[in-house]
Amino acid sequence: MSEKDIFVLGIETSCDETAAAIVKNGREIVANVVASQMESHQRFGGVVPEIASRHHVEQITLVLEETMKQANMNVSEIDAIAVTEGPGLVGALLIGVNAAKALAFAHRIPLVGVHHIAGHIYANQLVQDMKFPLLALVVSGGHTELIYMKEHGVFEVIGETRDDAAGEAYDKVARALQLPYPGGPHIDRLAKQGKPTIDLPRAWLEEGSYDFSFSGLKSAVINTLHNAKQRGETIQPEDMAASFQASVVEVLVGKTIQAAAHYDVKQILLAGGVAANEGLRTQLQKQVEQLPEVELVIPPLSLCTDNAAMIAAAGTVLFQQGKRATMALNANPSLLL
Amino acid sequence: MKVLAIDTSTFVMGIAVVDGQIVKGEIITNLKKNHSIRVMPAIEALLQQCDMSPKDLERIVVAKGPGSYTGVRIGVTIAKTLAWTLDIPLVGVSSLEVMAASAKYFQGLVVPLMDARRGQIYTGLYKVEGDHVQSIVADQVILATEWANELKAYNEPILLVGNDSSLHEATFVETLDRVQLAPATLHNPRPSELAWLGINREPEDIHTFVPNYIRLAEAEANWLARQQERTEC
Ligand SMILES: [Zn+2]
Repeated sequence: MSEKDIFVLGIETSCDETAAAIVKNGREIVANVVASQMESHQRFGGVVPEIASRHHVEQITLVLEETMKQANMNVSEIDAIAVTEGPGLVGALLIGVNAAKALAFAHRIPLVGVHHIAGHIYANQLVQDMKFPLLALVVSGGHTELIYMKEHGVFEVIGETRDDAAGEAYDKVARALQLPYPGGPHIDRLAKQGKPTIDLPRAWLEEGSYDFSFSGLKSAVINTLHNAKQRGETIQPEDMAASFQASVVEVLVGKTIQAAAHYDVKQILLAGGVAANEGLRTQLQKQVEQLPEVELVIPPLSLCTDNAAMIAAAGTVLFQQGKRATMALNANPSLLL
Repeated sequence: MKVLAIDTSTFVMGIAVVDGQIVKGEIITNLKKNHSIRVMPAIEALLQQCDMSPKDLERIVVAKGPGSYTGVRIGVTIAKTLAWTLDIPLVGVSSLEVMAASAKYFQGLVVPLMDARRGQIYTGLYKVEGDHVQSIVADQVILATEWANELKAYNEPILLVGNDSSLHEATFVETLDRVQLAPATLHNPRPSELAWLGINREPEDIHTFVPNYIRLAEAEANWLARQQERTEC
């Protein structure tokens, strides 16, 4: 690249992480700071929106300062500010959006609004160049989506959940197994120790659909546990975790492979917090081998969970495409991709 | 000193630019519209009208609550971020004190109030002293009926201020002899008063500065109540 380097400051506050980062040319992380509130929400068994919003106000300037310090830069040296405008918790999003607008205003820096899922997908750009067309499987506490991209900045949602997100199903099943919040990592760990011996449904939905549904599976787990208890039988939690995980992973991976073949993609990207799940990573790696032309990219865990480097990476592309937000930018909790 | 004042704690959006002894400009609206969409454009427009750039600002003063949780957070977030990035002092002032300041020439006691639902109000008691108001009873959340009773102890005329005061007027009139509602033109908190209140005050630590919500988040209050039960058992 002969042109001048582009530095983008990303800000992300859509859920329970207050995050800021600086990314160079959309690919290189210069600084990346994430302040997690997880511990604060643990006692409630889930994220409490009002408490999340309060924490964001406490953290926002500290996180920004730490980011600038890590980068050894001043805000005035930044070329653009990218902020998550949605989807997410509205009160939480508002903190990032208003901080971003204040910074952009103070230094007359261009501002770009970024969709949270676009951010998750562009986390991959920090690891490896994206090759189009590509397919992204985004799985997190709030999302389960298959997104087809034929070029930069253009997203087509080809499949999404019709009820619970995969991460949500993990949390609910974990609660049924009396595991602490957040449940995903605990189920993943238990699943490794157990065997998928319990018969649970797979929600393939109608032929050719890339949509997902996890509420039936969640109910099946809860009913099976309940019935066993009534009969005085014990189910090994390890086996239940393994059986539940096997059902989720089979459907997620199965639909991804089908869609990748159908759309003839060059790359499959895994994104979102559930990408940390070892069962999912392993199965996806194994199944992608069926498609020798397709490359699988899984970013490191720190880039799979919510962070602002991914928002800066996505924001860089949008900035280069000329997208700009005004001082009237608002948080949009149900923003469409 | 060039001061920018921001108040978004109720439906009233107030932005003021004060330069030394001169109030250069104010934007005040009392609309049920989204602060997040309107505050930054209003600040941008007002500074432009005043021929000022953000770098000219020397102090930010913000209404820190109580009020709408989301509303207060929008103002406080903008104020903190501007103060941090422009490297200038930040001052937080009680949103109720700003309301009371509009009535500083009233002879007696001033009760600013905001509706806090289910019969409750955010309020405080302020006494007019010369050209300013002094806090007598700290800002609190209380049942309007209970507050009216407590105010019986003061043998002075009382003025109710704030756009929500008409909602609770009857409660106070029933209980108190010398109480009146401020005229409509005094109900919107004035951002220029906010700027005046903050111009000489000790600045906050920008990073740790948070709104004064008065109330805990509901989930937190419930959780603490459960912990309490547990220890009592
Ligand atoms: Zn996410």
